[in-house]
Amino acid sequence: MTAEILLQTLASGVLIGLIYALVAIGLTMIFGVMDIVNFAHGEFLMLGMYSAFWLFSLYALDPLLTLPLTVLMLFAFGVLLYQVVIKRIIAAPMLSQIFTTFGLMILLRGVAQFLWKPDFRSIENSWVAGSAKIAGIQLGKPQLVAGLGAIVITAVIHAFLTRTRLGAALEATASDKEAAQLMGIDSHRMFALAWGIGAACAGAAGVLLATFFPIFPEVGANFILIAFVVVNLGGFGSVTGAFWAGILVGVIEVMGGLLLGPQYKTAVVLVLFLAVLMFRPQGLMGKA
Amino acid sequence: MLAKPFRRTFIQALFAAVAGIGLYAPFSAQAQAVAEVKIGVIYPLTGPGAAVGGELRNALELAADIINNGAPGITELPLSAGKGLPNLKGAKVKLIFADHQGNPQTGATEAERLITQEKVVALVGAYNSAVTATASQVAERAGIPFVNPESSSASLTARGFKWFFRVTPHDDLFVHNAFEFLRELEAKKGIKPAAVASLNENGLWGTETTKLQAKLAPDYKLNLVKQVLYPAKTTQLTSEVQTLKAANPNLVLQSSYTADAILSIKTYKELGFSPDMILANNAGFTDTDFIKTLGKDAEYIITREVWALDLAGSNPLIKKVNDAYNSRYKINFTGNSSRTFTGLMVMADAINRAGSTEPEAIRAALAATDLPGSKLIMPWKGVKFDATGQNTLGQGILVQIIDGKYNTVWPFAMASRDVVWPMPKWEQRK
Repeated sequence: MTAEILLQTLASGVLIGLIYALVAIGLTMIFGVMDIVNFAHGEFLMLGMYSAFWLFSLYALDPLLTLPLTVLMLFAFGVLLYQVVIKRIIAAPMLSQIFTTFGLMILLRGVAQFLWKPDFRSIENSWVAGSAKIAGIQLGKPQLVAGLGAIVITAVIHAFLTRTRLGAALEATASDKEAAQLMGIDSHRMFALAWGIGAACAGAAGVLLATFFPIFPEVGANFILIAFVVVNLGGFGSVTGAFWAGILVGVIEVMGGLLLGPQYKTAVVLVLFLAVLMFRPQGLMGKA
Repeated sequence: MLAKPFRRTFIQALFAAVAGIGLYAPFSAQAQAVAEVKIGVIYPLTGPGAAVGGELRNALELAADIINNGAPGITELPLSAGKGLPNLKGAKVKLIFADHQGNPQTGATEAERLITQEKVVALVGAYNSAVTATASQVAERAGIPFVNPESSSASLTARGFKWFFRVTPHDDLFVHNAFEFLRELEAKKGIKPAAVASLNENGLWGTETTKLQAKLAPDYKLNLVKQVLYPAKTTQLTSEVQTLKAANPNLVLQSSYTADAILSIKTYKELGFSPDMILANNAGFTDTDFIKTLGKDAEYIITREVWALDLAGSNPLIKKVNDAYNSRYKINFTGNSSRTFTGLMVMADAINRAGSTEPEAIRAALAATDLPGSKLIMPWKGVKFDATGQNTLGQGILVQIIDGKYNTVWPFAMASRDVVWPMPKWEQRK
């Protein structure tokens, strides 16, 4: 095995890891702020992909161009979902919450299949296509752009959380809802915001993925398991944790697959998951 | 709060499920004077296999419609007079659809439901080999005939079942076909891949294929250098393709479903992996979405098939039935939908010959099935079952994607085009 192949694989791992990170950031944010596990998160990703696909195939608008639009739509969808459904189950037992988001997952998949058929679709000839050779490593341009996009979006969210009043309010609600309410922060508004941002992140990941991954109603299932692992690894509720954990999972998956044999790639990730659960249940960057 | 009704519904559902199992009892049908014959059909109508499932559903509905109402110009099919089942006083075939979502457990439950609640007289299904395995087990226990038109896992007919009949050739034969093709290719054109690798999904189908390829390669004097297995629901295939690339094979034998087949070709291109040929094992590679999604990148791939539109050159019935299908659903038959269509025809033919809806009579009629190739839309010598329930007259073909179409290239006698070998490297393509 040459150094070139190792380097190449490492780079591919980092790029897919950045997408994992972006999906997981939305998930961890919703969980961090309101302790609800969103099983429908993969479906937000799917909706983002379809949004990019339809805008591309009906209006010939490139996914990169429509990224802000899709992010806004998914944000609105997340807020709406919170107002209509999630708000009602905040105080409900965990089992009900799980059933609700699980039901949402099935509903969204079903609706997507009903509206858009179960066909596999893809975006061909977008602005970014083909692959580029950088320092002897061949990388797909769509993947490069997607990775870059994921970094930018994560940086924006991080800045929002640490530099703005609204972000601080969100963080405050996440760490102590009652105390935040006493300080005059409307927790329902914060929850809605978390759902909006969470859905928008998954939607953005969907758009970035849409340029190189087949689009179909079930696509969320391929990503959601890994997103859970990433959220756990990074620490529930930690955005920076999810970012680094996403990259780590991507790299471990492809490198493990290359070095131990591809049949073990998922096993390697899940062993890591178990190890974290056993030895550091708060995650790599989560608070104990 | 939603909590209580939720819990109640959940518990009710649990009770219903338990009660359903308790109610299960062997089923016996009433034979005489039936206005319609209920056939249960179990397919993946939602879930990852839903795209294929939808096509199969169309094929089944067309077959039932031809049996019940006929179709202009089509007379050669076993039952195309349009008068239902003549030996059952013209009873109409009624299909009861069930959705197994690609899940073996759901397949078994649905088979149970079709038998005990819908009172179907026979079952047809279920595309995914793993689901066919569980659903046919239920049928075997209940003593209901099960015709499987398209699941190719070899083990299905090695179970000693009495009520199970498989119309399609199975994987052993298909894998043999691929090796036969390579042998003939060497004899005829002097082309022989120096190193062969396999990339197969790690489900029942892929792992069985992997084992068989390993077993057959030495017999056919092929140098199998690497075998890679991967999970079909994967987000990336980087390490798999890198492993293949490192082994540097001239030929890749590949078994994949749709999403992963598409992803694999995209990854080959991205990482610049250019074997001389990809010899694929049907499934995802023959899904209508495969060429549509990949466009030019799908060119030159050879895949085994059981059916191709250009076979119409040697069998006009294929064109006629395909036209009927196309005018309704705006797509052509595929190797899957044509087999499913044929499966229902075989079942209906047997029920008609049985002249009864008694399960045992239908089973006996199925066992006595003898349809000639001229009554089929398949490139087969016919349909005739052996003691294990396997059709012994089926055979596979190989097709190559050229100009966005599947062209029959093997058996050489049925070929509509000469095989193109090797496929150009990615960087040489326009």
